[in-house]
Amino acid sequence: MEKKKILISGNEAIAEGALQAGCTFYAGYPITPQNELIAYMAKHMPKKGVFIQAESEPAAINMVYGAAAAGARSMTSSSSPGISLMQEGISYIAGSRLPAVIVNIMRGGPGLGNIAPAQSDYFQATRGGGHGDYHLIVLAPGSVQEAYDLTQTSFDLADKYRVPVMILGDGILGQMMEPVRLSAKKIKANTFKGWALTGCQGRKPNIVKSFFLREGALEEFNLKLQKNYELIRKKEERYEGLFLSDAKVILVAYGTMARIAKSVISQLRSAGKKVGLIRPISLWPFPQEPFNLKNKKIKYLVVEMSYGQMLEDVKLAVCGRQRIEFLGRSGGGVPSQEEMINKIKKIL
Amino acid sequence: MAKIVINQQRCKGCFLCVNFCPKGLIKKSRKLNKRGLNFAEFDPSGGCIGCAMCAVICPDCCIEVYK
Amino acid sequence: MEKIFFRAESLYDVSTHYCPGCGHGIAHRLVAEVIDELGVREKTIGIAPVGCAVVAYDYWNFDCSEAAHGRALAVATAIKRVHPQNVVFTYQGDGDLAAIGTNETIHAANRGENLTVVFINNAVYGMTGGQMAPTTLLGQKTSTSIEGRQKEKHGYPLKISEMLALLPGVTYVERVSLQSPQEVLKAKRAIKQAFENQINNLGFSLVEVLSPCPTYWGQSPKEALDWIRDVMQKEFPLGRIK
Repeated sequence: MEKKKILISGNEAIAEGALQAGCTFYAGYPITPQNELIAYMAKHMPKKGVFIQAESEPAAINMVYGAAAAGARSMTSSSSPGISLMQEGISYIAGSRLPAVIVNIMRGGPGLGNIAPAQSDYFQATRGGGHGDYHLIVLAPGSVQEAYDLTQTSFDLADKYRVPVMILGDGILGQMMEPVRLSAKKIKANTFKGWALTGCQGRKPNIVKSFFLREGALEEFNLKLQKNYELIRKKEERYEGLFLSDAKVILVAYGTMARIAKSVISQLRSAGKKVGLIRPISLWPFPQEPFNLKNKKIKYLVVEMSYGQMLEDVKLAVCGRQRIEFLGRSGGGVPSQEEMINKIKKIL
Repeated sequence: MAKIVINQQRCKGCFLCVNFCPKGLIKKSRKLNKRGLNFAEFDPSGGCIGCAMCAVICPDCCIEVYK
Repeated sequence: MEKIFFRAESLYDVSTHYCPGCGHGIAHRLVAEVIDELGVREKTIGIAPVGCAVVAYDYWNFDCSEAAHGRALAVATAIKRVHPQNVVFTYQGDGDLAAIGTNETIHAANRGENLTVVFINNAVYGMTGGQMAPTTLLGQKTSTSIEGRQKEKHGYPLKISEMLALLPGVTYVERVSLQSPQEVLKAKRAIKQAFENQINNLGFSLVEVLSPCPTYWGQSPKEALDWIRDVMQKEFPLGRIK
């Protein structure tokens, strides 16, 4: 069968990817710059699925909690201030071992900030964000096609590990239109979930909860979570590497920043400069493998639309073996090709 | 002819049943249960009518009623 | 002799963590009895709140979910929409339903979600040690209204049931009390009605239960029941509101 190609925005691609993955429950609250996503879900959610415009972000995330507990593939989307409001619910989802997909199309902060693209929720996304010892799997698409593909992956990972998965993009990715090749295969509907709430006919009652009062019970549970996270760290690192075999300067950037970095690299490469790229696709777990380079003369340049958030993970991955430089802007500023090239020329 | 059976180990000694027995057949025990509490005790000789008021008000579902 | 009063199948044969004379034990039992009588135990999904009844699922013998403080009706909305054939209810205290969760409560009601709500009003925060609740009476002393609740400082007892009754999405609202065996039996009838409404797809039904908290009212269990009758009911009159 010929795969269909359509021109859509990143926000719409995420929504279409979710529907393709068998998402049958969406709840969200309007916020810029992700409004095309909620509108797409409202328009295209199939009849037997559920779309709810919630009264708030806390309500939206707790609806997702309920739908996930009921066994549905469920999703919400928002942008930075709204995601902050959802943190309690995300912590409960992690603590109750529920699979769910949460989309954050980031905007400038702190506070109400602005609606310009930003990457300044990196810490919040990769460190858990709410209370307690937990993680989300965090995936950062770099193109509209990848936004579509990774959304489908997100639902599979959420179900496989029973964890919340976050898709972290920025306003540019959300708004940008690109051709997307749609998947031909129809994803199978919700797989059977033995723990889900369906009524206890023919079995003992199921309970979905994150409360462990008995002495030692919470620690026991948290160790189980940590074991799961360890497995995810081992199996689910994702990244793209460019020219890593000969690069003297390696740019490290994700999402929209990586697209700008790629243009810089092709310019500099055609001028004979040995520049490469590591583009983390999974921000948690943060890819360790590509940073395992022996040559001590390599230099890294971390570029972000934030002030040194991913930089910390790069430092941990590089572990002092090589020099790390940083270029970042935030609050509406996007590091330009020129700024990157100037910085690289200084380092080289 | 009716009677009630009180789960004395589960009784928390709120004695709401004592207050609502129309025949005054339930009393506070002198003994303690394993919680260390006085519990509700039924006097089977007094003509229980099986109205179940005691069971209806019991917050701990300690009372079974037979008729 | 035949056993005429026994434990419902929907209620586990275990001791609860509630204080002596606490109304939660009675309300749990009523919910369990109603579910048994309607024959829907295997279809029921309960949502436990945050508050004293946080581990209600340890006492109920059917599927249950936890919900974050105040979010029970958001969770219930989603579960019912995903499984419309199941019977879904929330069991929430006054702090949960009428303070932190007011937004979720009003909007679930306004959407006319086909749900049953058992709302326990004991005019105080029990779990956290007896602080002022939205439903605390004027003059009632709590650990955060030491001189008694004053309208100038703390506002008035919130009559959320009357507020909800104004919404067109709401089908049934009734206020009942656990002050005596007679009132307990009436409370059970109201709870049964609220579940029947859901089974008959009639929409949002809520039963407010005036429930004793002897510990944080500083009263004996019997005094607490009398206080409901003599004081609390004056502010929160019993009967069908809608």
